[in-house]
Amino acid sequence: MLNLNNVEVIYDGVILVLRGISIEVHDGTITTVLGANGAGKSTTLKAISGQLRVERGEVTRGSIEFDGQRIDGLQAYEAVKMGIVQVFEGRRVFEHLTGEENLIAGGHTVSNAVMRRNMELVYEYFPRVYERRDVQAGYLSGGEQQMLAIGRALMSDPKMVMLDEPSLGLAPMIIEEIFGIITKLNQQEQTTFLIVEQNATLALDIAEYGYVMENGAIVLEGKADALRENADIKEFYLGISSGEKKSFRDVKTYRRRKRWLG
Amino acid sequence: MELQFFIELVTNGVLTGLMYALVAVGFVLIYKSTDAINFAQGEFCMFAAIIVAGFMNLYGFPLWAAIAVGLLFMLVFNWGLERVVLRPMIGRPVVAIIMATIGLALIFRGLGPLVFGAETQPIPLPIPDQPIIWGPFFVSPIDLLGGSISIAFMAVFGWFFMKSRKGVAMRAVADSHQVSMAMGINVERYFVLAWMLAGFVALLGGLVWGSAIGVDTQLAQLGLKVFPVVILGGLDSIVGVIVGGIIVGVIEALSAGYVDPYVGGGTKDFTPYVLMIIVLMIRPYGIFGKPTIERI
Repeated sequence: MLNLNNVEVIYDGVILVLRGISIEVHDGTITTVLGANGAGKSTTLKAISGQLRVERGEVTRGSIEFDGQRIDGLQAYEAVKMGIVQVFEGRRVFEHLTGEENLIAGGHTVSNAVMRRNMELVYEYFPRVYERRDVQAGYLSGGEQQMLAIGRALMSDPKMVMLDEPSLGLAPMIIEEIFGIITKLNQQEQTTFLIVEQNATLALDIAEYGYVMENGAIVLEGKADALRENADIKEFYLGISSGEKKSFRDVKTYRRRKRWLG
Repeated sequence: MELQFFIELVTNGVLTGLMYALVAVGFVLIYKSTDAINFAQGEFCMFAAIIVAGFMNLYGFPLWAAIAVGLLFMLVFNWGLERVVLRPMIGRPVVAIIMATIGLALIFRGLGPLVFGAETQPIPLPIPDQPIIWGPFFVSPIDLLGGSISIAFMAVFGWFFMKSRKGVAMRAVADSHQVSMAMGINVERYFVLAWMLAGFVALLGGLVWGSAIGVDTQLAQLGLKVFPVVILGGLDSIVGVIVGGIIVGVIEALSAGYVDPYVGGGTKDFTPYVLMIIVLMIRPYGIFGKPTIERI
């Protein structure tokens, strides 16, 4: 469905952010991209959704294909029409619009009838959004805003939804609820998800396939189960150490870590 | 007698205020969708009025044809303005856009007299000159017409903005350009729409004000004149513009009626600004403006 082939992204003509990454997302799956701050995860999503241009970024090498069509260089609103929609990091609801108006804005590209239907669907999956549909979105709680943001993304009949750190700043119980709904949407509506996360445990739990990014490059990829069992992932992302305490003086760890960064 | 004088002042103030609101809503339109303040809105009104008056008086066009020419010009001009001047400025500091509109205002002030001459021209509307008499009250027909046009426009526009899908999209654009784009909204199309609407409302404003006080470059002072209205109501609220307009209109009328006889006149020119400063001290975002939502 989605194919990133050796994509390189440069900001402002000089800052190399993505150094040739290749990612594949299959129809109807949940795929995750893990990595620390500044690894280039958000940039990857923005390259796909056509949001780079406003931030003066540019795909300088490689190609991005969606359903067999080149999409690098598309405007953001054209990408939405192709069926790609991105949920931004930090939720980014329209604060001064009510919940329902947020959904209406999200369904900008579809007909009236489809919009009504999608709105009902969103209310069904997110009853909390329905309860608070007449409240100005800026006054919703963080969890409610995240649900609204995901619901809003579903309004345009997307083939693929990209979530940028949906767990950011939310309570563990809310995170669990949201990830549960994502899984349900994936199974019942066959919506494809590409999820960027720092919370590796959670992401690998619901994803089928995962990529690990460091410094603008993919350093590791594999099935989610395999990644979960990988010793490096365990140590650096899941926080499970293989025994005694490690320190940075520990040469062996340092080398292993360094190989990743290189 | 006292009460009757008061009521008459208030009635005239309200009607004048509604006419102010018609000019002020142009600011709100642009501010809401593009975050910039269009300092040329008064000049838009002036130029639209000059075109209408010029075509009527110099070329003998009937009123409707002159209005059509004016409307066409405003729509095409504002469309081109957005395309050529303002679009390259998207993402730049707002100050750049504001400076561009100030430059535009000066160009209009020079261009108006150049094309149609500098003398004051009338816009003769097919309405009676004599005041309408309701019992003990006198109301000027042009004020009544201006007030009605203002109310009609606000009602239609308010519905469009609050209820229609396009209006919701426009408010979404005002909220965040980037997120709107990610919703599949073609943000630039809505900028064009906002500027064309501002051009349309400028024509309405220029028409009623032009026929009320005559058309020359002085009409451009309207832009400055309605600033207290915009600030009072909040830069981003349509209801605010109406209420702000009425407040300013009434205060002007009352100070002209009660204070002027003692000080020799002229108080109505600054009382709205005094009020504006007081309101800004208490509510910096205006009476109806939206406060920035902070989550803690």
